[in-house]
Amino acid sequence: MTPFLYEKVSERGDALSLGTHPGAAYLGGGTNLVDLMREAIARPTLLVDVTGLSCKIEEDEKGGLRIGAGVKNTAVATDRRVRARFPLLAQAILAGASAQIRNMATVGGNVLQRTRCAYFYDDEAHCNKRSPGSGCDAIGGFNRNHAILGASPACAATHPSDMCVALAALDATVSIDGPRGSRDLPLTDFHRLPGDAPEIDTELRSGELITSIVLPSNGFSKRSSYRKVRDRSSYAFALVSVAAALELDGGRIKNVRLALGGVAHKPWRAHVAEAALAGRPATEAFFAEAAEAELRDAKGLRDNTFKIKLAKRVIVDSLVKLSNAKDAPR
Amino acid sequence: MSIVQAALKKAIALAPDSWIPGGSPDPLIRERHGHVGQPVSRIDGPLKVAGKARFAAEFPIEGLTYAALHYSSVAKGRIVEIRTSEAEQAPGVVLVMTHRNAPSLAKAPAFGTNPKAAGGDDLAIMQDDRIHWNGQAVALVLAETQEQADHAQSLIRVDYEVDAASTSFEQAIADGTEPGQFMGEPLKLRIGDADALFATAPAKVDATYRTPGHNHNPIELHAATLAWSGDELRVHDASQAVTHAAWTLSQIFGIKEEQVHVTSPFVGGGFGSKTLWHHQILGAAAARLAKRPVRIVLSREGVFRTVGGRAPTEQRVALGARRDGTFDAIIHTGVTAMTPHNAMTEPFIIATRSLYAAKSFRLEVDTVKLNTVANTFMRAPGEAVGTFALESAIDELAAEIGMDPIELRIRNEPERDPTQGLPFSQRGIVAAWRAGAERFEWYKRQQRPRSVRDGDWLVGLGCATATYPYYRMPGGAARITVTRDGRAIVAVAAHEMGMGTATAQTQVIADRLGLSMDQVKFHYGDTSLPGIVLAGGSQQTASVGAGVVAAHRALVAEMLKLAGNDSPLAGLHPSEVGGFDGGLCALDDHDRRESYASILARAQRTEISVEAEASMPLEMQHWSMHSHAAMFCEARVNEVTGEVRISRFLGSFDCGRILNPKTAASQFRGGIIMGLGLALMEETQLDERTGRIMNPSLAEYHVPVHLDVPAIDVIWTDEADPRTPMGARGVGEIGITGVGAAVANAVFNATGKRVRDLPITLDKLL
Ligand SMILES: Cc1cc2nc3c(=O)[nH]c(=O)nc-3n(C[C@H](O)[C@H](O)[C@H](O)COP(=O)(O)OP(=O)(O)OC[C@H]3O[C@@H](n4cnc5c(N)ncnc54)[C@H](O)[C@@H]3O)c2cc1C
Repeated sequence: MTPFLYEKVSERGDALSLGTHPGAAYLGGGTNLVDLMREAIARPTLLVDVTGLSCKIEEDEKGGLRIGAGVKNTAVATDRRVRARFPLLAQAILAGASAQIRNMATVGGNVLQRTRCAYFYDDEAHCNKRSPGSGCDAIGGFNRNHAILGASPACAATHPSDMCVALAALDATVSIDGPRGSRDLPLTDFHRLPGDAPEIDTELRSGELITSIVLPSNGFSKRSSYRKVRDRSSYAFALVSVAAALELDGGRIKNVRLALGGVAHKPWRAHVAEAALAGRPATEAFFAEAAEAELRDAKGLRDNTFKIKLAKRVIVDSLVKLSNAKDAPR
Repeated sequence: MSIVQAALKKAIALAPDSWIPGGSPDPLIRERHGHVGQPVSRIDGPLKVAGKARFAAEFPIEGLTYAALHYSSVAKGRIVEIRTSEAEQAPGVVLVMTHRNAPSLAKAPAFGTNPKAAGGDDLAIMQDDRIHWNGQAVALVLAETQEQADHAQSLIRVDYEVDAASTSFEQAIADGTEPGQFMGEPLKLRIGDADALFATAPAKVDATYRTPGHNHNPIELHAATLAWSGDELRVHDASQAVTHAAWTLSQIFGIKEEQVHVTSPFVGGGFGSKTLWHHQILGAAAARLAKRPVRIVLSREGVFRTVGGRAPTEQRVALGARRDGTFDAIIHTGVTAMTPHNAMTEPFIIATRSLYAAKSFRLEVDTVKLNTVANTFMRAPGEAVGTFALESAIDELAAEIGMDPIELRIRNEPERDPTQGLPFSQRGIVAAWRAGAERFEWYKRQQRPRSVRDGDWLVGLGCATATYPYYRMPGGAARITVTRDGRAIVAVAAHEMGMGTATAQTQVIADRLGLSMDQVKFHYGDTSLPGIVLAGGSQQTASVGAGVVAAHRALVAEMLKLAGNDSPLAGLHPSEVGGFDGGLCALDDHDRRESYASILARAQRTEISVEAEASMPLEMQHWSMHSHAAMFCEARVNEVTGEVRISRFLGSFDCGRILNPKTAASQFRGGIIMGLGLALMEETQLDERTGRIMNPSLAEYHVPVHLDVPAIDVIWTDEADPRTPMGARGVGEIGITGVGAAVANAVFNATGKRVRDLPITLDKLL
């Protein structure tokens, strides 16, 4: 681990002024960043601990929530308002990592966690994300955990977060503050596809700080589910996950949200499927057609082609279960 | 085998029982004193819970330095340039050792080349610029703290000249194989014309099964604390072979065996991996170079790079049977991988040699060489993966001829060892099958796959035979000291890796000597103690047991001499005397007795100490000696996703007498859990382009988590094996065997899909 300075701040202003230093990095729970430092993949020289900032969950008058970036993952998942109004988010968080990691991990850090691609983690391997221009060993190597949607010849890594898949489905917004002022971005626009610059994961600019995540109120609390498929029952990243939410009007789909995890460089909001379903009858045949349409452009690599079939099946199954659910599902 | 060896083997087989150890059963099988068989809790439990049990990386030594290794990133070739100056100048660095400045080291004697050899491979690392595998240590940094060493290590840069390497199992098979050997014997056996009988058999299966490489992941990382004083080397090691490690280190450093003192009082899991790898050797070399003590603790990645695991296999099983299920031909052949620098062949046909009767056999293991870290022993080497293939094939045959798979197995139960012709010492597998089937409610199983559904889940039952041989290696010995206060200390250079050895041995010794458990101390884990005892091959209990039997006989003889003519024991032959109630007594008349205290007092002795060597383990060549279990699994397979969940598991064991039901049950369960990992998720990802292991962490190399493991039920026959010390056979390794097939067979019963390629991941069931 490269030697570094550590500063814990209690004012956002201090964070922002320290955060512009070259070599500075914000520190949440450290469950990802410190691992990367141990592997000498991240080499910050100044850690600005922001866990003392934005640690509250506040509600707006319409029932939406603003979750501070410093709130721990466990605290979000156990918050009564979150569980009642956004059970999808609580489920997704609890499907991730382990209890110990969730107790440490913050919302901001979760959004910014980096890929688990084995070649990114091994500094002897070629990886365009870790050292731009060096090539990608994953595309011809082990790529079971890799992308089937939106990948580029430069990178097929996936974003590993479960929480973000739920946030993508729930139309969350990321609130950002920075040296050049504050701004808001929809979560679905926050993470990027790899293109030819896979070293850039997100739209966050240097020195910018995530301050909170905003969840607008919705009518999905009765019919939503997070289904994570993985290689063991717990403590494994998603091969495919599906966040699904439905609002029905009689037998018709009034409103639907679908997002996929484990399939792309970002939490994948299934806009194509959603558009195909809006206003349609809630039947398995339509769900299947929508899933098919969403994955039309999916491409498998050596080890992950099965995800295409798997993703379609889980989408259909999730929607069938949600539409059959009498009242509160689960 | 030489002519002499073959003749000796025959002579031992034909000798009268009474000439062979075990010919007259251990009196402790009959004599019941109350400790053996009790579920005694681990005597070291309180120490461990209090954090007072000292492990290899916890021994304090003044002036300690900390080591970190830098690993090669190519599989084969040579170092052109190694830049260490930045590392040397980093804070706290004591020295950087590479092939340019390492002390001269002899090649490590590899395991199997000498009774005391413990080397994982036979290389001398850092003696030249050659690279033998991707992950080989090319530099060692010593620093004042671990963090400083780790950081400095990351500053080292190496340029390599790369040679073409063999890193693809498939490609290597295509390029040609060589016959395999295990412990000096060819892995090849032919009885009758199996191919001809198979060709004409009315019922048959013929299938190929594949198992991937596995890596060792004991909780305790491999570690050693080492210090020289002059030419004397002291090693606090995490070891399952202290005496072997000491001898091997003495060969490498050109010193006398007695000059190496290895201790290993507690080990956090070994499974075959805690032998001698290059970290201890390089740690000792660096300590010599720096003239300071060294602590070397491999990182988890370091364990994957430095310590070998289970080699991959590709196995063909072809069974030819009559319509009633009787086997005419068993063919079990295939290929496994090893390296140019070791001699360990994964012997996957061993179980097939003794499980079933058949008219003809053709068994054969061939090998290919890969340029990887040397493969090694991993819990039930051979049987763990061999039973996956054999026991899957038997299930396939049962389905083919429409027979219950348990009945098919029992139909082919042999009367004598089917390939060696020896009588069995004790064999209760049929009883284990019957008891297990009843408890598991096997009768509820639907023969037709895909018959049972629970929501999204298809439910299936499967079973398989588990088996592991009784082993006892030469070299067992023990010292017993009895003091005037009626206490005993028994010392053996044995090992406690968490399985409960110290506890079970204390129970046995207490019963053998006729003492209470708190009157007995069992000393172990130190090369200054007697015996060459490997904690491997599930043989430690028997090896220690036989050493104690021998020492106990000597003790009784000495005690009788001391007791003299004034004792109630006068006139008795040592073989007529045993330990009872704090002293000795006549075995057939417990009223003829005298306490140890009284004998020693009368002889004016404060203590008596005897040491003896165990008999040669000839029983293994006189009887066919094997443990068995019937494994039962209920698997659920999600129809939407292909996910597999194990909802019930039962192991019904026949392992001789169970010395301690509590520690034995933990061994059985632990083995089964490891077997669930083998069945469902464990897999070393070796990138064939570079020969590099790409999942060297517990986040990416999956082993079962709690949620993957159902409540595991274990039962046993508890029938003593009259030919072994205490009537017991090993319980350490058998638990992992048979599990892979039991799971695969349950998955087949649930889904109708036969997965012949481990691990059974969900994509194979979609
Ligand atoms: C073994 C293991 C298994 C895991 N399994 C899962 C899983 O199954 N599913 C899953 O979703 N996750 C999983 N995780 C990942 C885990 O969720 C993340 O490590 C965690 O959410 C990161 O949060 P943190 O607060 O610890 O972030 P840190 O490690 O502190 O930071 C991560 C990144 O965010 C930046 N950062 C932190 N806060 C801010 C802020 N306010 N503004 C700007 N930048 C910021 C840091 O600079 C750093 O770049 C796993 C992790 C481990 C180690």
